[in-house]
Amino acid sequence: MKRSEKIIEAFLLACSLLTVLTTVGIIAVLLFETVRFFEVVPIWNFLTDTEWSPSFSKDQQHFGIMPLLAGTFLTTFIAMAVAVPLGITIAVYLSEYASNRVRNIVKPILEILASIPTIVYGYFALAFVTPYIQQAFPSLELNNFNALAPGIIMGIMILPLVSSLSEDALHAVPRMLREGSYGMGATKFQTAFRVVIPAALSGIAVSIILALSRAVGETMIVAIAAGNKPTLTFNPLNQVQTATTYIVQTVNGDVANDSIEYKTIYAVGMSLFIITLLLNNISFWLKKRYQQVYK
Amino acid sequence: MAKKLGKRMRQKQVRKNKWYEYQDKSYKYIALFATSIGVIILGILLYDVVLDGFGRIDLKFFLDSSSRKAKNAGIYAALGGTLWIMLLTTLIAFPIGIGAGIYLEEYNKKGRLSSILEINISNLAGIPSIIYGLLGLEIFSRTLMMGDTALTGALTLALLILPIIIVSTREALKTVPYNLREASFALGASKWQTIWHQILPASLPGIVTGAILAISRAIGETAPLIVIGAATYITSVPTWPNESFTVLPIQIFYWIGKPQHDFQVNAAAAIIVLLGITFLMNGVAVYLRYRWQKKVKW
Amino acid sequence: MKIEAQDVHVYYGQEHTLKGVSLSVKKNTVTALIGPSGCGKSTFLRCMNRMNDLIDNCKVSGNILIDGVDINSPSVNINELRKAVGMVFQKPNPFPKTIFENVAYGLRVNGVSNKEYINDKVEWSLKQAALWDEVKDKLKKSALALSGGQQQRLCIARALAVEPSILLMDEPASALDPISTSKIEELIYNLKASYTIMIVTHNMQQASRTSDKTAFFYMGELVEYDDTRTLFTNPKKERTQNYITGRFG
Repeated sequence: MKRSEKIIEAFLLACSLLTVLTTVGIIAVLLFETVRFFEVVPIWNFLTDTEWSPSFSKDQQHFGIMPLLAGTFLTTFIAMAVAVPLGITIAVYLSEYASNRVRNIVKPILEILASIPTIVYGYFALAFVTPYIQQAFPSLELNNFNALAPGIIMGIMILPLVSSLSEDALHAVPRMLREGSYGMGATKFQTAFRVVIPAALSGIAVSIILALSRAVGETMIVAIAAGNKPTLTFNPLNQVQTATTYIVQTVNGDVANDSIEYKTIYAVGMSLFIITLLLNNISFWLKKRYQQVYK
Repeated sequence: MAKKLGKRMRQKQVRKNKWYEYQDKSYKYIALFATSIGVIILGILLYDVVLDGFGRIDLKFFLDSSSRKAKNAGIYAALGGTLWIMLLTTLIAFPIGIGAGIYLEEYNKKGRLSSILEINISNLAGIPSIIYGLLGLEIFSRTLMMGDTALTGALTLALLILPIIIVSTREALKTVPYNLREASFALGASKWQTIWHQILPASLPGIVTGAILAISRAIGETAPLIVIGAATYITSVPTWPNESFTVLPIQIFYWIGKPQHDFQVNAAAAIIVLLGITFLMNGVAVYLRYRWQKKVKW
Repeated sequence: MKIEAQDVHVYYGQEHTLKGVSLSVKKNTVTALIGPSGCGKSTFLRCMNRMNDLIDNCKVSGNILIDGVDINSPSVNINELRKAVGMVFQKPNPFPKTIFENVAYGLRVNGVSNKEYINDKVEWSLKQAALWDEVKDKLKKSALALSGGQQQRLCIARALAVEPSILLMDEPASALDPISTSKIEELIYNLKASYTIMIVTHNMQQASRTSDKTAFFYMGELVEYDDTRTLFTNPKKERTQNYITGRFG
């Protein structure tokens, strides 16, 4: 009896330790191949070279991550430009203006947006949004592959994340603060923007940072609709290659196990890992501080 | 008594107050519009996909596999592969995820270990899925020499959704009131007996809801499977987990990448099937949660 | 009459919380609303500045006249009404802003932007609330750093800054220690000269110390309404008698 209890507990402990093993595994794998990559390519070149062309012949190879980061930054920026204003407006509307009935209808619909596989969004960006923009604004001369359409659609993908986490933060603001404001004749708008949002600011910041991290790591939408040309550009009408897209493109072609190209995907993966890890931990830190304020 | 506002300042105040009211009213409509944008885009997306692909769906589409001719291509192998992945991922991720959730919530709630585990799980949940692909490629596929098999895919996806299952399991266990545990202990039940006979049954619908949502997420994942090298062109359903496989999202990705319009139509049709499965699973999960919340009132 | 309530009913969904209350209040008096928890006294208070409008399923019927105007008529601007009828809440609820900005808030949201005027008004309000001497050197500090009693006086100053003629107080001292409570009571006494005050309280000593008139609520009805001294020494209804002698509630 005692013994079987012990065995069960040990099994359950092993299950939870597996998560640690996963983290260790990810770091070890990335580190192992990245170190081997930096034996060939100096880290300084990786960080400062403005060209990325690992698949070229040896004398023309360049390993500057900047074009990939520029692509990632551009699509992420567009996504945030869509998701943040829209998401916060939705959150304010749902938490300060909408009746319970409207809230009960809108929230599940936003949840549906969050459950759609990203490949579907990719198809939508490529097959609908890009052609639509091309038709509606021919003067833009939008490339068939571009940063704009996948950026916008990525913004829609992360919209539920921003709106629901921000709404939670607004909701956590004590009711009596609102009443204090209304009691002095403030409008809903004034109450929302001068009292409730400032009080929920760190929670809203958490939602934005988590959304940012999701956008940086998003793969399929950009792999389908943003193109495959690593260029150091901030022009959303051109095709770009993001860090994630590069990995997909490279594994899709056949690369030899020991080639430098194979190692590049781990170096790029490592960069991606560090960026998202930083963002996530900033959000944890903010969340902790914010929980201390409301007690 | 403080001094009164002068006449001109009064007028200014009145004007400003009018503006504030106008601002409040117009913001309400702007916000309503912003809120409806999400709904509108969802509508357009579904409409577009159905318009593009619905006509292509027939029985033959479900019975054909990859083909160089768009008209002869179907989703038989992909759908079979998706079902395999669904089954294997469930078998791997459910027991481990639920087990870890139980350990963290029932055995080690406030230790140093559990706070480390908690931070670690939050971090895992935030790692981009493509990184899990790199892990699967290096560890399962190459080091353990499992290759691009369905088992490699399932293991990779299982690790990916583990944090989701653990978190939702803990949430479900948290809803079980403490006095149920006390009552069971008071009758002389051991810890595991209490968990197995009392706590798990009471929280099962919540756990299952979370797990279904996690599996539904796994089914829609594409990037990690591309990275581990899941085949894009495959004509048969694997008979065993140690065979090559493809899944619906990869089939869709492959078709989207083809220049011919007919393949785009295939992609849209396969998307309808994929969305159908996703929505069905989400619907089941939401229904379970709804029934559970209605039935259980502690 | 400053305030005249006629047959006021309030429903929260199916629940009938206030059952036909009629009551008149004279200018520059303090009226105490007393009664056991859930008797409707707070609900009635919140009708005076239409705070109940914020609650989704709440319905109010009957007439409430302030200075002869029905405050529920569509021509009344709710923000103007709430400016004229200030409110102090049960728990101190200063905004997470500086002390100065807390008091200036009401002016700013009501379209006042003249700096000099705002400075004057903040000082005046803090003096009215007997808080000026304690905070004049730290106006730029966060209001959350003040003690509970100071926070509550800050909330009173905040309400006074927009020059209301009526002040509603919902158990303003219930979360405070005895010393802070006596300061608030003194303040109420002094404010009576310029404001009409309505105060909800659980504390019968407080009601008898501060108010001119007292209304006893029970189960959503106004049982008795009279001069405070009369109500406490010589109540006409048995239920009032039972309540003030502590036999229930």
